[in-house]
Amino acid sequence: MRYAYGDKSWPHDENGYLEHFESWDEDLAAVIAAAEDIILTPEHWEVLYFLRQYYADFEIAPAIRVLTKAVARRLGPEKGNEAHLRRLFPGGPAKQACKIAGLPRPTGCV
Amino acid sequence: MTEEKTARPHRARPESLEALGFPGELPEDWQQRAVAALGRRVRKQPDLRFFLNACVKCGACNDACHAFLGTGDPGNRPVARQDLLRAVHRRHFTLAGRLFPKLVGALDLDEAMLERWYSYFHQCSECRRCATFCPFGIDTAEITMAARSILAEIGLGQKSVAEVIAKVHRTGNNLGLNPRALRHTLDSLEEDVREETGMDIRFPLDEAGADILLVTPSADFYSEPHVSGLIGYAKVLHAAGISWTLSSHASEAANFALFLGSDEHMRRIARRIQEAAEELGTSRLVFGECGHAWRVAYNFPALLGGDVPRPRHILDLTHELIGNGIIRLDPSRNAGMAVTLHDSCNVARGSGMGVHPGGQLDIPRAVLAAAVPRTVEMPAGTTGDRTFCCGGGGGLLTDEMMEIRIKGAAPRAAALRQAVEGSGATHMAAICAICKSQFSEVLPHHGFDRGMVVGIMQLVGRALVL
Repeated sequence: MRYAYGDKSWPHDENGYLEHFESWDEDLAAVIAAAEDIILTPEHWEVLYFLRQYYADFEIAPAIRVLTKAVARRLGPEKGNEAHLRRLFPGGPAKQACKIAGLPRPTGCV
Repeated sequence: MTEEKTARPHRARPESLEALGFPGELPEDWQQRAVAALGRRVRKQPDLRFFLNACVKCGACNDACHAFLGTGDPGNRPVARQDLLRAVHRRHFTLAGRLFPKLVGALDLDEAMLERWYSYFHQCSECRRCATFCPFGIDTAEITMAARSILAEIGLGQKSVAEVIAKVHRTGNNLGLNPRALRHTLDSLEEDVREETGMDIRFPLDEAGADILLVTPSADFYSEPHVSGLIGYAKVLHAAGISWTLSSHASEAANFALFLGSDEHMRRIARRIQEAAEELGTSRLVFGECGHAWRVAYNFPALLGGDVPRPRHILDLTHELIGNGIIRLDPSRNAGMAVTLHDSCNVARGSGMGVHPGGQLDIPRAVLAAAVPRTVEMPAGTTGDRTFCCGGGGGLLTDEMMEIRIKGAAPRAAALRQAVEGSGATHMAAICAICKSQFSEVLPHHGFDRGMVVGIMQLVGRALVL
């Protein structure tokens, strides 16, 4: 189970989540996004970079509310809500955005 | 194992099973080990032996099961599921089964049977609705748990459940939140609530000597609408002037070991909560909105023994605070809402609440009625102790089970549609993290908006007069 691009490849788990957080790069994000039928825009990248930074700091994905607040700060208050995140990532900010950002899938009752 | 077409969750990796003390892979002598494990289970659990022997094939359970109603797969009839274990039990533990297996429907546990076990015992959400229709009270959930525990003992576990149990042992919660990340999340919530109310409402963590230790599913620290429920707990406790704290050692109410049927791991997770309460010196344990967690918590005295008291449900506490006038709710703050309650299976059928019988059904309704302008009921026979499962319980809440989850929610969605079209319901409240996550994801497939899923304490938080 691997994503591939050019001569690079990245192992992923059964649900398509990257095995090694640190192995992520922008090429991989585009590969996963394409597999999820998403074309990445600057707004997507803002979300992805925030998720990566947060995970690097806290070793866990941010709560959805923490993410929407960060999006509001970066992209404007009208975009800092779950509905807007869902327009960007129809599969949901928790799962699809984390997957493209190279984070593991949040676990438990979520 | 060879692949066949029926639905199944991903298999746990060897390292996550080994972390739980199970073999990482199928051992060569797996058949003997499984039969021995079945024997031990049946000896230890007389009710299981009764369930395996009592069925008269009347079929009363079949139309009771959301999984069968939703999928139409005959393998999902509760009796068919039970028979998977029953046939093997009969083969090895009855004289007739040993001598004339074909005459008595006894079957060997061969590879094909193992495949069926793995698939069908992971399509049961252990909701127990079938047991309320069975004339003998045969509880398929107990059979499913027994089968899953046997599977784990031969190195066949479900990925999500095995990983979550290992994670809660390691980090204290199912998400894997470390104390610093948890504190950061709580700080962010304090900021949100300050902005909303203009008040300093705290979300205390690890505060020794607090009166109450609140234990809640870690989804309450992460997902929507779950987080809004956590805000509701904090507001109520603040308004009542009760000192409380969360614990970073035991930051999880959920207990996925119940889904696996492992008493050992269930006790270990429960003990961790009890330890946190003792270390912090809190005098009472209160549980947030989590269905199976409440079932386990309600049974703490039996599970942990000694003089361990029964924890209290946040809804029970809130109900008392409303009743004696310590907090006041203004339902007009939820103007326009007509809310129906989805009884969570483990609360409705696996527990009690408060001091009166049936409190687990009445108390959530009373609190909901105090928080919103109008409540409505879904059709009789789909609520209370006959509630339909959300379709995501028992460890099914994974991406690869999505099709089964969508189909399994069909009976609940049909009942909800009647409440919406017949009584004008605008929202459905749930008191379980799994129910909330499951409905938010699958209701859109049944024509509903995900935003109609709410929690009772979320609505209480909005209606509370501070």
